[in-house]
Amino acid sequence: MSTLAHVLEASGLATITLGSVKGQLESAAPPRGLFCDFPLGRPLGKPGDAKFQHRVLAHAFAMLQRTEHGIEVFPDVISDQSEVLSCPMPPRAESDDHPAVVEARALRPAYDRTIARFGERMGAFRLMGPDQVPAAIATFAAVADGAAWKEAGIPGIPARVVQDIRGYYEAAAVSLAEHTPSAFEATRWFQHETEAGRAILGAKQQMEAQGAKPGLWQYLTTGAAAD
Amino acid sequence: MNPSKPSSDRVKELMDGLEPAIFENAAFTTPKPLAESTVAILTSAALHHPEQPGFDPRDTSFRKLDPKRTDYRLGHWSQDIDQVGFGIDYNVVFPIDRLNELAADGTIGAVSEVHLAYAGNQFELEGIRLDSGPEGAKTLLDAGVDVVLLTPV
Repeated sequence: MSTLAHVLEASGLATITLGSVKGQLESAAPPRGLFCDFPLGRPLGKPGDAKFQHRVLAHAFAMLQRTEHGIEVFPDVISDQSEVLSCPMPPRAESDDHPAVVEARALRPAYDRTIARFGERMGAFRLMGPDQVPAAIATFAAVADGAAWKEAGIPGIPARVVQDIRGYYEAAAVSLAEHTPSAFEATRWFQHETEAGRAILGAKQQMEAQGAKPGLWQYLTTGAAAD
Repeated sequence: MNPSKPSSDRVKELMDGLEPAIFENAAFTTPKPLAESTVAILTSAALHHPEQPGFDPRDTSFRKLDPKRTDYRLGHWSQDIDQVGFGIDYNVVFPIDRLNELAADGTIGAVSEVHLAYAGNQFELEGIRLDSGPEGAKTLLDAGVDVVLLTPV
């Protein structure tokens, strides 16, 4: 991000760079940097809070008055409280399929409600659509149960497939929750509280045990929601 | 690293140690008054419209974002960013509605007709520094932009 700020400034554009990692902002030293101690993924701080977002922008644009390079600190801090979303799971149909697959199917109405309300800004769209998510989960569940990961039919690079599964679950969680989730709250729910999350964690452990390269399994879970 | 901190804070600590590109002679542009300036957003969130190609993890190119549309997709590949906030309110990453409000009340001169998205989380920065970065700058200058707000995720 700061590299681009330097390039733009050299072209005659004035820039203000927001950043949530202070050391990175200080070492990359963009011409005007505003450190906002907010969770990664929320550089303006609070979704749905226009007043707060305007405060961030007011500070950022005030930095255009500066006559030399510098980093400033936005005074408010938004801390990750390690919350785990608590949301009621919809009823599941009787089925002989893996519980994670049944769970994913049951979440589809909630997923569709979120997409209808907010648009497809998050969800399953990178490698697959929502229709393919239950089958993709089945491949991870098979690996977790001991199948060879190369032969399980994972429909793409495993970590990328998980991005779509995670997006599907997080989108569903938005409709199931009764509030705007804090950062990583829905991710922790997906990773620790759902059958799909457990299947993916099991697949990760199996892939490591089967000798897969670390780059193929270590990104199956989200470090930011590790606990 | 402090194990008592939330896991997302520990990820931020890890990112603190990444080596940045060093600019020994950093430029500094003095803008015209904000109320006369055209403002654009440049985000590293890998945003794109549905019909545009997504970003590969090492993709250093950019996508042009149309400020009159709201069908922005978050294509960033990092597992360690929150995606729900953007899903609920795109302004938390791409504050285009806030810029429109600032233009309406005269705080800024105008909102650019063109905004840019790159994919962050890049470790090879030369392509951005020498190719796609200057190309993006030219795109913004051609659109009459004076000030750029850069938002990461």
